[in-house]
Amino acid sequence: MSLDKVDYSQDRGLNYEENLLWEKEHSEHSGVDFPDLKDTPTRTGMDMRDDIGLPQLSEPQVVRHFVRMSTWNYSIDHGFFPLGSCTMKHNPRLNEKVARMKGFAHIHPMQPASTAQGALELMHELQNWLAELTGLPGVCLAPAAGAHGELAGMMTIKRAHEQQGNAHKKIILAPDSSHGTNPATAVMCGFEVRSIPTAETGRLSVEAFKEALYRTDEKGADIAGMMVTNPNTCGLFETDILEISELLHAVGGYFYCDGANFNAIVGKARPADFGADVMHINLHKTFSTPHGGGGPGSGPICCTEELAQYMPVPTVIKGDDGLYTLENETDRPETLGKLKAFQGQFGMFVRALSYMMSHGADGLRQVSEDAVLNANYILSQLSDDFHAPYGGQPCMHECLLTDKKQKEHGVSTLDMAKALVEYGYHPMTVYFPLVLAGTMLIEPTETESKDAIDRFIATMKGIANDVREGDTEKFHSYPISTPRKRLDEVKAARNPILRWKKD
Amino acid sequence: MRYLPQTQNARKDMLDAVGASSIEDLYVDIPKEAMVDGLVDLPNHKGEIEVERAMSALARKNVAAPDSPFFLGAGTYFHHVPASVDHIIQRSEFLTAYTPYQPEIAQGTLQALFEFQTFIAQLTGQDVANASLYDGSTATTEAALMAMRITKRKKVVIGTELHPHYREVLGSYMGNIEDSKITDGLESIDEQTACVIVQSPDFFGNPHKYDAWRKKCDESGALLVVVVNEIVSLGMLDSPSCADIVCGEAQSIGMPMSYGGPHLGFFACRQKYLRQMPGRLCGMTEDADGRRGFVLTLSTREQHIRREKATSNICTNQGLCALAFTIHMSLLGEDGFKKLARTNHEAACYLADALDGVDGVSVINEHFFNEFVVELPKDASVVVEDLATCNIIGGYALDGNRLLVSATEMTTDDDVAELVHILAEIL
Repeated sequence: MSLDKVDYSQDRGLNYEENLLWEKEHSEHSGVDFPDLKDTPTRTGMDMRDDIGLPQLSEPQVVRHFVRMSTWNYSIDHGFFPLGSCTMKHNPRLNEKVARMKGFAHIHPMQPASTAQGALELMHELQNWLAELTGLPGVCLAPAAGAHGELAGMMTIKRAHEQQGNAHKKIILAPDSSHGTNPATAVMCGFEVRSIPTAETGRLSVEAFKEALYRTDEKGADIAGMMVTNPNTCGLFETDILEISELLHAVGGYFYCDGANFNAIVGKARPADFGADVMHINLHKTFSTPHGGGGPGSGPICCTEELAQYMPVPTVIKGDDGLYTLENETDRPETLGKLKAFQGQFGMFVRALSYMMSHGADGLRQVSEDAVLNANYILSQLSDDFHAPYGGQPCMHECLLTDKKQKEHGVSTLDMAKALVEYGYHPMTVYFPLVLAGTMLIEPTETESKDAIDRFIATMKGIANDVREGDTEKFHSYPISTPRKRLDEVKAARNPILRWKKD
Repeated sequence: MRYLPQTQNARKDMLDAVGASSIEDLYVDIPKEAMVDGLVDLPNHKGEIEVERAMSALARKNVAAPDSPFFLGAGTYFHHVPASVDHIIQRSEFLTAYTPYQPEIAQGTLQALFEFQTFIAQLTGQDVANASLYDGSTATTEAALMAMRITKRKKVVIGTELHPHYREVLGSYMGNIEDSKITDGLESIDEQTACVIVQSPDFFGNPHKYDAWRKKCDESGALLVVVVNEIVSLGMLDSPSCADIVCGEAQSIGMPMSYGGPHLGFFACRQKYLRQMPGRLCGMTEDADGRRGFVLTLSTREQHIRREKATSNICTNQGLCALAFTIHMSLLGEDGFKKLARTNHEAACYLADALDGVDGVSVINEHFFNEFVVELPKDASVVVEDLATCNIIGGYALDGNRLLVSATEMTTDDDVAELVHILAEIL
């Protein structure tokens, strides 16, 4: 039979096809060998479990399976990854190495504190770094990710109001440009969310804030607090934040600062100094712990001295004897309690502290400055070709464009994102924030050279040029050089197939 | 400054292009009061050698499980992770990728998630599983919250001994829901009960059958939530296929203990509850050429679409941990997974017999998987501290004289002999 007809492999060059584990030949050998069983009578009180239906493969088959699949992924190590508000910066491999030291990787969260002094000291040190960088002295490392940190922070605020006899304070103010996690979190805590429209400047206006603050009570007595990302998701610093936080504080509300965009100001400005009472830090953004294809993250919270008594347990405390311990609820009776088993994503603490020590105070300031400069440079170079709603003024570490000009030619933000995929980039964040149509949020981070950024700018200008000249048909079919072309998301949702099943 | 590629010349050229005279021009929007004057009060940058040295010094102050006879479990277990697992998860393509929102360039992550969901669904005997949650404690809490949404009831019953941290976390979350409450035991299940949480093996190591719980749930309209925090046990014990939701902790397959995290929450349920499920889901579809591919799906449940009406505020999950689990499960396969479970059980039986032979020590459990409770002749927390001074991590001290101990495939006969020897001396 001719080669074309046989085509056992379906591979072409370095483009691989790979089936599912369950579709492979069942091997007689497990990829893990064990010593022979002793056939001890079982003491489980029940019969042995029946056939589970798991596949079975030897080690070389398994390694090849996952290595082939890995070639279908784009990653920060492949190239520019300007995903707005996600801070896709270089992930130093030193951090991976130190996190795997056996004295960190192979210790148990409940082993006696006397046998884990190094781990506790590391956590204490990380608490100190975060407190210094935010200006907020109370630090709880436990939350597992950004959204979990938000929950920890908002529950801290709720607990404070309850303990202070202000349980009637139920309203949380949040700009309409906020991440979806913000309103979802506030509702989970039993709060009611009141949205504040973003002004034409891309920022919160004092007028709109006041209107929302006093809408249902002229003294703002029902206001529990506000959730504001600063710099915000339009890439701008909230210039009126001091006045806004003073108005909020005057009615007894607390300012929750979403720390997703902390990379813009790390080492340069401290959230406590613009009024933040509590914030979370995404260690997987600002402090470079790998995103891992969607986690694990880590979302410690930092708060004021006043709120520190209410935040979740545990934090690490250093005794007068120089010994470190994990506090519990009896040490801090005002605490809202535990939000996660054990003490947090410790492996991420090791990586983040390794990153912080590598940069130091001087390096972290440079991180902020280069991240901000890179974003402004992109904005300055692209604001003629694309609609830059907030152009003509400095942005922070990310810049916002829209598809307004291209849309007139029938090319949308989605089309341009897929064109970037075709041309070897991961796209920017698209259709977020929701405050304008067709938004594209570009965050280059500090770990890109001018050379890499110039190439991205040239690609974006090329897209704009082709759209202007009417060469638009191709945009609707991109990408075509990827392992798969555009995927049918409607089909996936209409008839969900979420697992392999025997026919 | 080894991670910062920009040169002084490039910075100057870019400032010129932007039209700024100095970098400070780009920070004009930040109030002066909030700007740091100079540098924050922290040490300056350090080289790789110095950082590694400092980290090594901290790591050395901890007693690591490979260096000591180790019998502590209590929801986190010391298991072997095959070398190829850690090698594959450190590939850049997996390690430094983002959440697969651009599926055409994330099929590797997506297919792995689809395989992960399949493994979890098979192990739990459930129809569908999500792409992971933070850990066992938050997964258990999400299960209770989901049951409350489905049944529109506000009472949660704890059926068997639940991990104390899981219970605390559940209590903290439920404090946000007015009129909600937590009660204990089969007898307290009633028409107001949203769900019954049955951990098996329970915190004291006892495996449970589900028939009585299922019957009571059917009578009252409550959902049956089975929690498993030693997922290896599913290689021997009954499949919790009769449950409505099965969730828990999967750290045992693929992840080191890492002082409590990152671990791996899993969550599976019946098809009919799919749209109430929290967390990300990966689904199969086709591309423009009709070829099979995978995407994140049913995101209309999630916060980035639904905002305040979402089923949960979860955004990030434990992607790389789910990958580690999937690789490790692929290596084990049907025979390997069951053999791992049997090896754990045999190690625990050996430990139980050895401890029963120590004067004054008796095993409490009639049945167990790889963990059980022993009664000591003196205070267990004192014994744990004493053992620690002899470089033995002896277990988890329960109240009074009771000690929770565990054995896995990592436990050697020598480890057990040393424990028995030291116990005989200190008791």
